[in-house]
This record gives sequence, C-alpha cells and structure tokens, in this order.
Amino acid sequence: MRVEVFVTPKRGVLDPQGRAVEHSLLSLGFKQARNVRVGKYILLEVDAGSAAEARRIVQHMCERLLANTVIEDYRLEVEGE
Amino acid sequence: MKWGVVTFPGSLDDRDVVWALADVMGQNVVSLWHKDERLHGAECVILPGGFSYGDYLRCGALARFSPIMNSVARLAEDGGIVVGICNGFQVLCEARLLPGALTRNRSLSFICDQVTLRVENPSTRFTCLMNRGDLLRLPIKHGEGLYVAPEDELPQLEERGQVLLRYVSSAGEATEEANPNGSLNAIAAVANETFNVFGLMPHPEHAVEAGLGGTDGLRLFNSLLRGV
Repeated sequence: MRVEVFVTPKRGVLDPQGRAVEHSLLSLGFKQARNVRVGKYILLEVDAGSAAEARRIVQHMCERLLANTVIEDYRLEVEGE
Repeated sequence: MKWGVVTFPGSLDDRDVVWALADVMGQNVVSLWHKDERLHGAECVILPGGFSYGDYLRCGALARFSPIMNSVARLAEDGGIVVGICNGFQVLCEARLLPGALTRNRSLSFICDQVTLRVENPSTRFTCLMNRGDLLRLPIKHGEGLYVAPEDELPQLEERGQVLLRYVSSAGEATEEANPNGSLNAIAAVANETFNVFGLMPHPEHAVEAGLGGTDGLRLFNSLLRGV
C-alpha cells in the first residue's frame, strides 16, 4: 500500500530554508508568497491489510524515525483512504 | 578512567578525539565500533563529529539506531558520562538523551570558524575546572548547528543550568553577531537533567595543543577527568 509522508518544520520553529526561499520568491516578484516552509516528502510502500493498518504502521515509523517530533510535524496520505 | 570513542560510518573526528585523550593527555582510550554492542569497559563515552550515515534524513537520525547506542543509552541511564561533539551532539539529541534538536544554520552555509564561548554553569562535571563567565576559544565546523528547544522547555533548561556554553563576542557579550548559527539563546552546549550527558557543537579535540588551535579544549577534557 502506497503511503506519502509530508514532514514540515513545526510552527514556531525557525526554518531558515523557508525564510530564504520566501525571500527569493518575493524578490522574483511573487509578492503573494507568505509563510513558506521547506520540508521533506517521503514516499513508501507498506505491507498492510487495510489503509487504517498502513496508517498506523507509518505513524509509528514517523514517531520512531521519519520525523523528529521535537521540531517537525508530519502528515500522511494513505492510498485508498 | 577508561574512555571510549565511537566510530560510526562517516565519523571524521574520532581519531582526533583519541589523539587528544591518549596521545596528548595520556589517558586510557578504547576505540568503539558502531556495530559492537559492548563498551569494552569504557566509563566515559564520546560520540565524535563527522557526517554519520551521510547526514541522511536528519543529522544523527540514523546513527542513533546503531547497535552501540543501546549500550550508550544504558551507560547514560546508569549515570555514566556521555559526551557528544558536533555530530555526536546531534546523535544524542536524536536519541532523546539530550533535550532539543540541531537544525540548519541560520545562514544556510556551512561554517568553519574559531568562536568564543562563555562558561554559563561551572558546577558540572564537564566544566568544573572553570569559573562562570570564563571565555574559551574553540573551533566550530558545521552546517546544522542551530540549537532549538521547544518554547515551553527552553526557560526550564536555562533555569536548571543545563546551558553550559554560549556563543559570545570576544569581550564576552552575547550579541547577535557573535551567534554564528542562530542558535536559540546562543546556546552552544547543553547537559541533560541529571548532568551526566553533555553535547556541544564546538570541537575541544581540535584545541589541545598550543601550536594547533590553542589548548582551551583541554580545559573541558580535564574537567571531565577531575569531575568523574
């Protein structure tokens, strides 16, 4: 089962990459850009009997390894949900 | 005391730490391999700088699951001394043996420089040969050294004296310009709540000989020797 993981810096945590990208967008003339955050995208396949089970497994992976929950949030998109 | 220095795939400064401890300070040092679960009698373990596992995913995130880290965590739980330098500091934060995390420098650039650090808490085993306000000159070299702790934890870290070193100007002032990487409160080194696990971004092992970057690193290592 295909699961997509989106990892982003927590609100309130400094994100120098996001800030630099936002600055560049503004200087390119994209005056509409606000609150840019740069994160990670992780795509994986999981052996699971159901979407709910896949979600549970990947959530566990995020807590253990894929995200550092001290500074990062994560969001999952599970195939078939 | 027997010291252990861990080598992960991608460690760079492991030999420098061994050199500082064994050759310069005459200590009994054992090199530890990340796949080994045993500490071979080491009572103080140092996790060195470098790019363990190529800094993949996050700095230190993969190294913390190396087999030897189980024993390092056990040593820390039993009150043994564990010190993480640079990448080692990142590993200890990822392993939750130290509070907070280290993220990309404010400038987004890798920094290689000599910095001034002020001793904030001299009553720990890592700083006991110094006085509050003493200044140290040590090298830094990192891309991810911006220290972050959750907003609600930072005041407590400060209150409990877990902040050991801060980046300051050569006059000893914590100015914006003296903070090389944008660390919160200009934090360069922290301890855990029980003051037996320490992490720092500067490299004391690169400052142990007068001809090579000064000797201020020895003040930290000698404190450990005395403090244990």
